Amino acid sequence: MSKYAPLGGSLITRTTVIAGTLVAIMAGLVLYRFVFGLGAVTHMSNGYPWGLWIVYDVMIGTAFACGGYAMALVVYVFNKGEYHPLVRPALLASMFGYTLGGVSVIFDIGRYWNAWHLVTPGYANPTSVMLEVALCIMAYVLVMWIEFTPVFAEKWANAETKRKINKVLFVFIAVGVLLPTMHQSSLGGMMVAYGYWIHPLWQTDLVPLLYLISALAMGYSIVVFEATLVTSVYKRPSEGHLLASISTYILWLLVAYLVIRWADIAVQGKLGLVATSGRLSVMFLLENLLLGLPVLLLAGAARRAKAQIQFISAVCMLAGAGLYRIDGYLVAYNRPGWHYFPSLGEVMVTVGIIAFEVLAYIVFVKRLPVLHAAASPKDNQRAPHLAATTNK
Amino acid sequence: MGLSRRNFLKGAAAGGAVAACAATATAPADARENKALPPKAVGLLYDSTLCVGCKACVVACREANGTHPEFSADEKLWDSPLDISGYTLNVIKVYADGTADHKDQEKDGFAFVKKSCMHCVDPSCVSVCPVSAMQKDPETGIVRHDPSACIGCRYCVAACPFGVPRFSWDTPFPRIRKCELCSPRQAEGKIPACAEVCPTGATLFGPVAALRDEAGRRQGLAAGQVTTFARKTVGSSDVHEKAIPTYVPHIYGSTEMGGTQLLMLAGVPFEKLGYPPLRDRSYAAESETIQESLYKGMVGPVVLLGGLLYAVHKHTKNDHEED
Repeated sequence: MSKYAPLGGSLITRTTVIAGTLVAIMAGLVLYRFVFGLGAVTHMSNGYPWGLWIVYDVMIGTAFACGGYAMALVVYVFNKGEYHPLVRPALLASMFGYTLGGVSVIFDIGRYWNAWHLVTPGYANPTSVMLEVALCIMAYVLVMWIEFTPVFAEKWANAETKRKINKVLFVFIAVGVLLPTMHQSSLGGMMVAYGYWIHPLWQTDLVPLLYLISALAMGYSIVVFEATLVTSVYKRPSEGHLLASISTYILWLLVAYLVIRWADIAVQGKLGLVATSGRLSVMFLLENLLLGLPVLLLAGAARRAKAQIQFISAVCMLAGAGLYRIDGYLVAYNRPGWHYFPSLGEVMVTVGIIAFEVLAYIVFVKRLPVLHAAASPKDNQRAPHLAATTNK
Repeated sequence: MGLSRRNFLKGAAAGGAVAACAATATAPADARENKALPPKAVGLLYDSTLCVGCKACVVACREANGTHPEFSADEKLWDSPLDISGYTLNVIKVYADGTADHKDQEKDGFAFVKKSCMHCVDPSCVSVCPVSAMQKDPETGIVRHDPSACIGCRYCVAACPFGVPRFSWDTPFPRIRKCELCSPRQAEGKIPACAEVCPTGATLFGPVAALRDEAGRRQGLAAGQVTTFARKTVGSSDVHEKAIPTYVPHIYGSTEMGGTQLLMLAGVPFEKLGYPPLRDRSYAAESETIQESLYKGMVGPVVLLGGLLYAVHKHTKNDHEED
């Protein structure tokens, strides 16, 4: 018998109705975009040709969706079996995060009817960092749905099928660790070709490394964030001891990130810019404050054991690394004479995508064996306001 | 699976092997140099001091490329594009300072400047395009765009150091557009429309090497010395005489981003004309150096995958019975 069980309960709750409404609004806006063009819905321009949809839905959305990657790395590569209960929910959130990141790209690209060129060797341009990112993300989405098959199998398949799936699953798990290592770093690497358009505090050849480290830390943070919320919303027993040790990974990844970021800036003689870049100095310091605070909070083992500290640290980390991505691609991307701030339509499409993820996550954990069957679920209609804030 | 000390050490060892593989995979390769100018490269020499701002080139460009006029005022009195766009591939802009009394003077003066594709020797747009829609002709060096390949991702729009490729935002069927140096006209033995109609030879077509020589010749002459300036094509017999102006001592495009096939001369600093100083090394070269050091021959990823397969297989062998 599986260690995992569906939560059960009604699918019609205040949370799912709100999420459903937001998804419907998004669908309307997307339809409008396909009929009247990108300019009709977004504030993107020839000066800021990438906006919220790429920077949030892809850059940040997939990094928020690194929980599956981060947990697979510790559980299957570093053999920390005790984290097993956290793998499935993390993988589920990752699956949705990435799948919807991919879907939002279809909303964003202007000539979507040519999208198949990305997977057609005759069109491939091997020097393009974006091609690598696109192929890796597509492959990873596929791999995650395959990694998730045991969950479907437990519900619907017989023992023989389950055994067969489990036998080959290790290949997909390994590929599922390789692919995010490649594309999460390359999401940053795409910035290098932008050259002087990006402020020197963000433009560096080490950006792939900084993106990779921060994406992993975001992966662990989202696991802490999600597990804390699920524990409180669905009144499940705390996984606090596991989250405390996961918080240690966040701590050390953040230390590595901050040391590399600041050492790189110092070595390149850009330290002065930290103070003299006006609005960008403020953004830079805010980013570093959000990423530095978890280091201080998580440094002591006693503090690290507290659920509130874990949660606050995870939220700061996610906000800081999210801001790092927004800054790099939008705020520190400076095209003289041009301005960009997302339109309401752009924001509502992104909100709709997040709502869809929340909705799908709720349906899956209630109907499929995703969460560890540690205790019988009680009163899962409680505190929907908390569930509504669940990102992934 | 319980976490015994032994298991932990085994896990750590496997993890270490993976980390070592990852480190090997990221060992730096040789830096990718800037690309070289193709031997038969053609381009334009734009001399701001010769330009009279008549915009005949803007009109000719529309005719050659089938683009419609754009209006910057509510009353549509004349074709008035403010900048290049998804529908305008070439514009003449003006720099003005103070009273704007004197041509080609930085203070209280004005100057004209052309904005169109620079046809970089090592173009970012070609390097970044995921589906090879941007191509640099290996012979002529002309940077062309193939809309039938393009997915409309706009990475070229964002990455071009000169902000040249432009997207049409107001249509459900958009495309990227930019100057292609009238490739179809050249195929018929004609020269780019902008150079053909320029009455003063401010926009001059020709082989890049010859254009560089011509730019050097003009800069080598003393200001005030009367000399001949060719129209249409460098070295043509259609010439007029004029005194050499006071040039800024630099040929813009000779070194910027590894060089461009559109070269510029001007009487006021290029930065004032919207052409900032840019370093010699192309961003394409820098980006590709990083990419190659990580992915050359896919050796790194394959080695890393090998390590991961080993570790994951080892650590999931007993999982099924337990799950």
